[in-house]
Formats: sequence, structure tokens, C-alpha cells
Amino acid sequence: MRAVLWTVLILLVLFAVFAAWASRPAIHPIEAPVASGFDPAEVARGANLAALGNCNNCHTAPGGRSFAGGRAVPTPFGIVYSTNITPDLMTGIGQWSEAAFQRAMREGIDRDGDHLYPAFPYDHFTMLSDADSRALYAYFMTREAVRARPPDNVLPFPLNVRDVVAAWKALYFRSRRFQPNPAHDAVWNRGAYLVEGVSHCGACHTPRNPLGAEKKTRALAGGEVQGWNAYALDRNSPAPVPWKAQSLFRYLRHGWHPEHGVARGPMSEVTMNLGKVEESDVRAIATYVAWQMRAPDERAAAASSNDSAEAPPAAPNEHHSGHGTAEAAISATPDGSHALGASIYLSSCEYCHNGTRPLPYGGIDFKFSTALNAPSPRNVVNVTLHGLHPPEGTRGSIMPGFDGAIGDDELEALLIYLRAEFTAEPPWRDIPKDITAARKAVHEEGDSWP
Amino acid sequence: MALTLDINDQPHEVTADPQTPLLYVLRNDLQLNGAKFGCGLGQCGACTVVVDGEPVFSCVTPIMLLKGRKIVTVEGLGTVEAPGPVQQAFIEKQAAQCGYCIAGMMMRAHALLLKMPDPSPEHVRAALEPNLCRCGTHMRIVAAVARAGELMRGSAEATEAKSEAKSKS
Amino acid sequence: MKPLVSRRGFLQASGALVVSFSLLSRTFETDAAETGLPGSLRTTPNLDAWLRIDADGGVTVFTGKVEIGQGVKTALIQIAAEELEVLPMNIQLVTADTARTPNEGYTAGSHSMQDSGTAIRNAAAQAREILIAEAARRWLLEPSQLKARSGQVVSENGHALKYAELVSGQTLHVTAQPQSKLKDPHNFAVMGTSMKRIDIPAKVTGGAAYVHDLRLPNMAHGRVVRPPSPAAQLIDVDTAIVERMPGVLKVVRDGRFLAVIAEGEWQAVQAMRKLGSLARWREQATLPAARDLSAVLQSLKAEDAVVADEKITASVARPARTVEATYTRPYQCHASVGPSCAVAHLENGSLTVWTHTQGVYPDRAAIAEMVKLPQDKVRCIHMEGAGCYGHNGADDAAADAALLARALPGRPVRVQWMREHEHAWEPYGPAMVTKVRATLSETGTVGSWNYELWSNTHTTRPGPAGNLLAAQHLATPFMPAAPTVRIAPEGSGDRNAVPLYAFPNEHVVWHFLRDMPLRVSALRALGAYMNVFSIESFMDELATAAAVDPVDFRLKHLQDPRAREVVAMAAQRFGWSSKALPVNRGRGFAFARYKNLAAYCALAVEVQVEPDSCRVRMRRAVAAVDSGEVVNPDGIRNQIEGGILQSMSWTLFEAVTFDDTRITSIDWSTYPILRFPSVPDSVDVHVIARPGEPFLGTGEAAQGPAAAAVANAIANATGKRLRDLPFTRERVRTAVTSAPT
Repeated sequence: MRAVLWTVLILLVLFAVFAAWASRPAIHPIEAPVASGFDPAEVARGANLAALGNCNNCHTAPGGRSFAGGRAVPTPFGIVYSTNITPDLMTGIGQWSEAAFQRAMREGIDRDGDHLYPAFPYDHFTMLSDADSRALYAYFMTREAVRARPPDNVLPFPLNVRDVVAAWKALYFRSRRFQPNPAHDAVWNRGAYLVEGVSHCGACHTPRNPLGAEKKTRALAGGEVQGWNAYALDRNSPAPVPWKAQSLFRYLRHGWHPEHGVARGPMSEVTMNLGKVEESDVRAIATYVAWQMRAPDERAAAASSNDSAEAPPAAPNEHHSGHGTAEAAISATPDGSHALGASIYLSSCEYCHNGTRPLPYGGIDFKFSTALNAPSPRNVVNVTLHGLHPPEGTRGSIMPGFDGAIGDDELEALLIYLRAEFTAEPPWRDIPKDITAARKAVHEEGDSWP
Repeated sequence: MALTLDINDQPHEVTADPQTPLLYVLRNDLQLNGAKFGCGLGQCGACTVVVDGEPVFSCVTPIMLLKGRKIVTVEGLGTVEAPGPVQQAFIEKQAAQCGYCIAGMMMRAHALLLKMPDPSPEHVRAALEPNLCRCGTHMRIVAAVARAGELMRGSAEATEAKSEAKSKS
Repeated sequence: MKPLVSRRGFLQASGALVVSFSLLSRTFETDAAETGLPGSLRTTPNLDAWLRIDADGGVTVFTGKVEIGQGVKTALIQIAAEELEVLPMNIQLVTADTARTPNEGYTAGSHSMQDSGTAIRNAAAQAREILIAEAARRWLLEPSQLKARSGQVVSENGHALKYAELVSGQTLHVTAQPQSKLKDPHNFAVMGTSMKRIDIPAKVTGGAAYVHDLRLPNMAHGRVVRPPSPAAQLIDVDTAIVERMPGVLKVVRDGRFLAVIAEGEWQAVQAMRKLGSLARWREQATLPAARDLSAVLQSLKAEDAVVADEKITASVARPARTVEATYTRPYQCHASVGPSCAVAHLENGSLTVWTHTQGVYPDRAAIAEMVKLPQDKVRCIHMEGAGCYGHNGADDAAADAALLARALPGRPVRVQWMREHEHAWEPYGPAMVTKVRATLSETGTVGSWNYELWSNTHTTRPGPAGNLLAAQHLATPFMPAAPTVRIAPEGSGDRNAVPLYAFPNEHVVWHFLRDMPLRVSALRALGAYMNVFSIESFMDELATAAAVDPVDFRLKHLQDPRAREVVAMAAQRFGWSSKALPVNRGRGFAFARYKNLAAYCALAVEVQVEPDSCRVRMRRAVAAVDSGEVVNPDGIRNQIEGGILQSMSWTLFEAVTFDDTRITSIDWSTYPILRFPSVPDSVDVHVIARPGEPFLGTGEAAQGPAAAAVANAIANATGKRLRDLPFTRERVRTAVTSAPT
């Protein structure tokens, strides 16, 4: 009995010590700053950074008001809802001083002193310069205030006790600033600053460990977000046509590229934003990522090559079908083990995907498809089942979804066929698992087309 | 090649190339007018039918995918003499101008109401996004879908009340 | 002008009230002798051209107009039922058929009620009086002692004779009188009610309702391979491969008209795709620079036509301010949801075409000319298509079907246009530029008004065979008619270019552009969409300059009492005020009388402009409409609601896109239109009934006002004025982020 009491006492003491160590002070609320008190040039810089950081997409619920939070961010541990970052006094950050804002971005701690879940990628935002953090503050404090309280997070005990994040931070997080690399030029460094910092590409494109932290030694080696593969952006990039700085720039800026396809899923939101920012920033990002994609021995050679994102891009020629006349290279009556898949391809897919309809509106010719070359078929499954919704009132890709039309076996047959016909990669290993997961997501989100 | 399709609870033996999109089989082999050709690209929804409870673009769905699946077209929702609740609602609300898009609208609405008997206007609008109407009949269509839900719930309640009364007597 | 008796099947049938009737086999456009008869009776004066009463009492009504989704079939039945005193369900309506119905030209310009409705109303009233007179003769009574009711003539003492009993041995082959004994609107039982549309039940139950649903015995399926660009020439194509494909009956090649006919529809589609992939074309860059369309239009050779030139006061008070603005509109598509379709059958030297053309007689004439048959060997029968909103691909699909039927005599051939063809080849609503300049006096009234518009013709309908697409593509092509400008009250490109407001000095000029860089023709409302958009936007710009409320500013200049009433009603029902709205919201108002002759429509809207995305969303709309005598109030509401939403789509989203060679807006991904998530929360239409007044065409009354109301609401919400259609998010962003003017 005494042993039990002693154990409990020691645990309590340890917990108290932990809690004391984990806690952070609150920062006093301030009078809401007046919007007109901010320098318009700084606000504009902040707008640029916010778009580079894709803030509006996480911090806006579907159909909700901008930056008012409430978007569900699924994690392996549960659902975290984004917060209201409008200057609303009660439910937003209207009473946050600049110091409080900086601390949130740099250290992942809110004004009350609570730790923020790393679903908010402060492990990247920590790299922001003082000036940029200030500009972001100016931007957010001049947005429209919206009174909206996000739903409570859905996290099991003990994860719903924010103090445990302190332990996670102790293991995986170091607040730090960006250090430019003198071996590279200003454009590369700007790209590095953005990619590693505010644009937080690694948050999606880097694999994570079982506790949800990015694997630092495998930066940009590929990750997953909301049921989509975020492809490797290092030398393991599965793109059949290798990316260059120029093609990356065009893709990021316009949301599509004739030899790579259209951005979809969460990436389409990113490219929408990158279409609005300073062009030089997109070039910088493209330069840095293109460099990451080269094998180490290529990088030295590339340093003296003239592949840069600086060359003026060809105007996206919507007319560019680029691959000659439509030749049905596949016979009309295929036989063999791929007969079913080929048949489905010919009847449902070929007409749009044979390369005669100009991108980004026509279907991609599958020989250019990164998704078919990727380690997992999940993205192909997502698009085949979900389809692609058109943006409102603007020209954009539409693809019908086949969730209701195609059965699991037939979809698997189609995927096996496409992989064999259009890539040189070995067959995928567990297609049914991805189909099941994707269908579940379709029905949960109710988001497919149709 | 012969294939049996289950359409509106009736088996139909069809001799057609298995790659033929369902739309052409419905219209030509089976003389069913409801599903319409609007684009052949899965962009407009005029061809919408319901397969195992899910809305499907019949213009891009080959019949080889539909063996053993339950297909419902607008003809399966009722007749002029005995219209079903969705049809009744569209007639009541006069939810049509040229009417070309309407059969597809009704099938998508039918699939929605099977899953969500009391959708909000926002839900209805989101569900109908794949279907185009060029005449601008949207307001009436949304109202008709809401009304169809009412009629379906009303008859469900009436059926429940009847069976309750029966079990009590 | 011989009567087309040989096509009649109604010569005999004892008891049938219709015997022969002469149809003037000329187009509606030709001026007939002025007979002073109401509506289309002017050109088709015989009563039996419009009405027939059968031995069983069934009534058949004939109209030269067609159902295009506007509910005209129902409305015409209501009119006939009312005046003839029969139940609507006992009336069968036959719509435009060159073998059976009067020639009423095109179902266009919102003329159906004014022309056909008026004719049928008067013909039915006069037929009723003829029946009463016959009963009076038999009973030796005075006609004034008799009444017509429910298909019978009854006397005060209870004698009754059914119409069927009254007609035996008689004909209605009489010429209409200029005056009719029309029913008093207070006694209406059917007219003025929202009778349910007779065509909707079939459309919601899969009944055969469209030309697309026509299935004739032994029918084959055709598909046309259209060139990749307007100026492309066919170099060569190996047709042999396609001829060997399953089900293919024939490949037709005549110049750059290239098509395939097959047994089955899917076979035809596959053969078309294969044929298209094999064809080699020589393309030329003939299209203008899309980016500079406005400059291009103003640089084309123009013929100046003065539309209005009024100087009411010799000297105008010295103007306090001059305001000017330029507005632009791109090419816009009809973009019918159902691509065009037709069925044609050549048998024993006679060609029958089932088509959804708006004008069976003109289309028949053009097709006859193209296939070199006499007109009486060609019959065009209207069957419904999807909404056409003007001159879309319907006439061309009919021509395609005629050519393919000629290639396969004895078998009906059905031609269905593909989505890409409808988008790329239909004639567009013309791009336009307008410039307005006006002066304001010290007291805020308009002194002088100067309005110019640049536009092509707004009609290239057949007409001549050269206006048919297929005919232009034949090896020996037919040339399109050279367009000419004609200033008439109805207007075309200049429709509604003259404001209804009372301005003391007005100068309105149409810089008529003969050269058509893109194929254009009539799109719903014709020039009225752009002219009303311009005028009503500009009225708001003037109101702002005069610091007067926009509604008050309009009323200040409106003298027509019916116009004033719709304006007042729309404002009142909307709750128009100058109170501040929630941030990012704006209210906008607009008014027009369609053509200054037809229906009056005033509209108030509230929009929301989202700051981050620059998305414009209409939240609510309230309209007031005066269509004269109301036949079907719900029909009017349906048309106005639809017009508001369609115009909103044009105004916010739509522009034909092209590069220097090809049209690039070829499907719904490249030509986006309104989808459900963008529709307003509410649209309310208030109909002002005017019993006893002439019918006023309503189907196109909302398009212009809706565009201007949206523009004015955006200006109210953001302080920025948008003048270039459509109001894309990029344009909204550019405007709201620009420096304040």
C-alpha cells in the first residue's frame, strides 16, 4: 500500500514539474490596433507573404469567411480545427500584440501561453525574419474582423492537454532563424528562405515519423496530406519528365504545365495563391526546389548551367496539344491480362486523355503523368473517383468522377493497365487499400464530381 | 455481345459493344428519352442516371461496368399518370423552361434525397453543382428539390403511421 | 403564291370545319398588303389557317410560332380556350410546320404573344361569333340572346348545340375582320391564370419531347466532322478506313463538309472521331487579337447609321458637368445545354426535316436553295430543342441533316451536333463597344445625350442558303449574305440604344461594322443587352455626378407612367434606400422597356463582393414587370427569373475565347457558365397586370437591366465602376485595388 502511495506521489510531483516546465506566460491583451495605423506598403508585403504561406486555405472553413478559421485539419492523432486569425476581439487575434503574434509564429505559443499543435507549421514559420513577421502582423490586423469560434479539436486524452506538446517540441522543435547559404546566389537563398519558411513546403512534402514530426534527414522526400500524395521534391521525384526551374515556375505560377498536368487536391489551392504573389518569389521557389531535385553530382554541373527560372516563360499556349495528331496507339480490341483495363480506358478516358485537347482543359496524356509513376496509386484513385471540380465562373479543368460508376475490381484493373501501359515502373503493391481509403474519403467529404 | 442491364427494376438484354456509353444504350436500344446528350464529357449532367443509389454520368460510363448493378432513370421515378414525388414537385413548382436539363436534375436530386431526406438549400446547391441549366431555372429547381423532400418525408411518415396502425390493430 | 393544297390532309372529313386554306408561301419579312388586321392575321387572314373544329368537338389551333421553353404553347392554348370558350385540355396546338401552319417568320424578338397570340385571340373570338351566329340562324333567335360556353352555344331557355354539331357542312374559310368581339378581362376563366405548362409532364417523365427524341423506322445516325478553325481548308482525308468501320454506311465529303453516316449512334460517334483524326487541314490565322477586341472593332470599316437625332430645345442651359464613359462586351455564346439536332428524310424526291429552328419557313427556303429542290418539295417541321436563346446551331444542324439525307435517300438520318461543335460553330452574340457622353445641368438633369455603338449585324439567319454553315463549306459554296444596316423601331444591334428617358437632346449613332471577324447572329435581346447595360450603368454614373439617388434620378427623367410604375414598384418591393449596407455589399438598380415597345422591366439587386477572392455574388433580386395583358403570370415570372440568372451568368463569367486561328472556348471547362453554388438566395418577380392592354413581349426584357443592376451594385459596394463585360474576378481585383478615381 505504501509503495502505491509513494508511486502516485512521485508521479504527481513529476507531473507538476513537467507542467511547470511546459507552461509559458500569457502576454497581456492590447487595445485592438486601428487598421489605418499600419503602413500600406507593409500591409501589401504581408499580403504577399500570407499568399506565399497559403494562410487563407487552412484558416478558412469551406464556404466560410476569410481567415475566420474552422477548417478541419485531419492528423493521424485526430482533428485539429484552424483558428480564427481575423482581428476579432473575442474570437480572433484582435487583442494580440505584435510580440504575441511573433511568439506564435516563432515558438508555437498563443497569447494565453498555451502551446499550439504542430498542425500549425511553426517549425517552418520560425524562420521568418523580424520584418516579415511584422508585415504579416500588419496584414492580419487589417483584415475584416469576423466573430466566429472554431469547433473544438477532436483529440484523445492526453493529446487534448496542450502541455504534452511541450514534450513534442523538446524532441523535435528548435526555434531558429534562416541562415543564407553563401555558396548559392540570392535567388536560391530567397527560394530556400521561402520554401523552408513561410511556404512550409516540407509540411506536406516531407515524410513524418510516428509522432508526427518531419523527418529532418529526408526533407522533401515525399509526404501525404488529406489523403493525397505530396510527391517527392528531391531527387526521388517520380515525374516522368524531369522538372526544371523553368517548368516548376510555370506550374507553380499558373497551376498547370503541358508536360506535368494540373495542380489538384490541396496543391491547387497553393498554386492559386502563387498566381497572385510577386513573380520573383515564385521563381525563387522554383529555383530552390529544382536544385533539390537534382542528384548531388548534378548539382555542381547545374550551378553553371543556364537552367534557371529567370528565362522568360513562354506564354501558356492553350493551343499546345503538342503531340501530333491523335493516334489511337492502343488497339480497339485489346486482349491479354490488361483487356478489361484497356477497354475501360478506351471507352471512358481516351477521348479526353489522348492529347488532342489542349491542357489545362483537356486530360493529360498519361505518358506525362507523375501520379501514374508515383510509389502509391492514391492520387490517381482520388482523381478517378472524385473527378475535378471546375472553379466558379472561371475557365478550369473539369473531370467527371467515377465513384458511382466503377466498381473496385474494375478500378483496380484500370490502374494496373495504366501503370503498365504508360510507365516503366513496377506494378503497385496494394491497390485495394488505396481504393478503399479513397472511397471512404469521398463519401465522408461528399465532395466528388459527381 | 449480349449483356443484361437492370434498369428501373426490369432486366433488359442488350446487344451492343460493351464499350458503348450507357447513354446511347438507354436512348437508342431501349427508347428511354430521359437521359440526354449534353456534352459527352461529364461536364453538364444532362445524362445523369442513378446506379446503386449514386449519381452517374451515363455519357462516360460504358455498359460493361454496369452488369448486376441497379440503374434508375427518370422513367423509373413515375409516369405522367402516376408521377413520383420528385416529378410531382417539379410539376408543382413548374421547375422548367426548356426542360432539357431537368431529367438529369431530377436524378441527381433523387440520389441526394435518398441519402439526405431534408437537405438545406446550401446542400441542394452543392449537390446540383455538376448539372447545368442554361435557361436560369435554378431557383425553381432548388425549390422543387426541397418540395420533393417534403413529399417523400410526408409519404414516409404516412407509411410509417399506417404500419404502426396496422401493428396496433 | 399558290395554295399548298396538295399538302393538306384535311380537305374531306365531314364535319371538319377547316377545308382548304391558303398559306402565303413567302417569308414574314415580305411586306404583305396592309390589311389592318391584328397580329399575324395581317399576313395570314383566313380564320381556318388558325383554327379547326373536328367532328368530335376537338379543337386544333395552328401557330407559326414554336415552343423554345418560354411556355408559349401553353399561353396560346389559354388564349384560344378563353375566346373560343372551350376547355384547354380539348385544344391541340400545332406549332410551326411549313405544311400545316401559318408563316409567322421566326419565333424571336419576343413577338409570339404580340403576333401569334393576338392573331389566335382574334381568330378564336371571331370563330366563336360565327358559331353563335349559326346557332342563332338555326334557332331563329338573335345572336345577342345566345352564349358560347364549354364548347357549346346555349340559349336562355336551355337549348344547346355542340360546336361539332354546328360545323357540319360549314367552313371557317373566311377572312378575318379587323375588329373582334373580345371577352372582357373581368370574365376571364383561363387567361390571366397560371395554368400549368402542358409540356412539363412529358419532360419530367421521359416522354418524347424534343427533336432529339425522334426515332423513325430505319433511321440512321450522322455526325459531321467540322474543321478545326473557321478558315481551315480540307487538304485530304483517307475515308476508306472509316468506311470499313463497324456500322458505317457512308462517308460524305463535299468541299470541306465532311461527315459520316452509320447504323448506330455510338458507331457514328466513333467513326466521326476516327475521321476527324485522319483529316488533314490547312489552317490560317484569320481571327483578330482577342486582347484588343475593343480597339479592333473601332478600327473596322464602319457605316454610320443615325438611330436618333433629337433636338427638342434649341439652346440648352450651360451644362454644369459633362460625363463620359466607354463600355465593352465580348463575343458571347448561346451555349445551349442540348447541342443542336435534326432529322431529315429524302423520299421520292421530297425532303422532310424535323428541326428546332426558330423559323421553319426561312430555314426551308434556305435548305431548298442549298439542295436545289423546289420549296414545295421541302417540308420543315418544328420539334423542340433545348433552349436556343436566338440563332444557335439549329438551322445549321437542319442543313447538315438535309445533306446527309440526300446522301442516303430513302432513310431518315439523324444528326446530333457535339458539344465542341455547338460552342465553336454557333453564331455568337456580337462583341460591341459603346461610348456615352452626357451633360448635366446645375439642377441635375440631363441636357444633351450622345451615344455611339460599334457592332456587327445581329442577324445572319437563313435567309439565303449562304447563311447555312454547311452550305458555306461545300465545294461550290454558297456565300453568306452581305449584312446591311436598317434602322427600324425594333432595332437589332441598336435595340434599346435610344433611352426611354426624356432627354432634350439626343444623338444616337450605330457605327455598323460590315466585316465579321467571328461568325455572329442573334443572341437573346440582341443589342439590348449591351445597350441597356451601357445606358443604365451610365445613368448611375450621372446620378453619382449629380449627387442624386439612382432611382430618383431615373424617375426625374421618366415620363411614361407605366415605366414610372415598374420603377417605383421594384424599388419599393426591394426596400430601396440609401441606408448603409453591411460591408462588401452593394445595391444596384436598372430599368428598361424592351425595344421601347415591349415589356417594361425594373430590377433592384443586392450583391456581395468578397474581398479576398474578388468573387461577386448576387444575394437577392427584386423585379417588377409590366407585360400588358397577362396570359400566364407564372410564365412571365419564369421568363424574368430565368432572364436575370442567364444575364448574371453572361455578365459575370462569359466571353468567347480564341487565338489567331481557332476558337478556344469549346466546352464547359473553357466557357464556364452559372452553376448552382452561385445562384442568389432569392429572386422575386412582381407582375403588374394590365387587363385590356395589348400583349407585350417579355422573354428578353430582363437581360439588359440585370447586367446594369449588377454593375451598379458592384460600384455601390466597392466604389469602383466596371465597364468591361464580363466582370471576372481579375477585373474586379484590378478595379478594387486601383487608386480611387
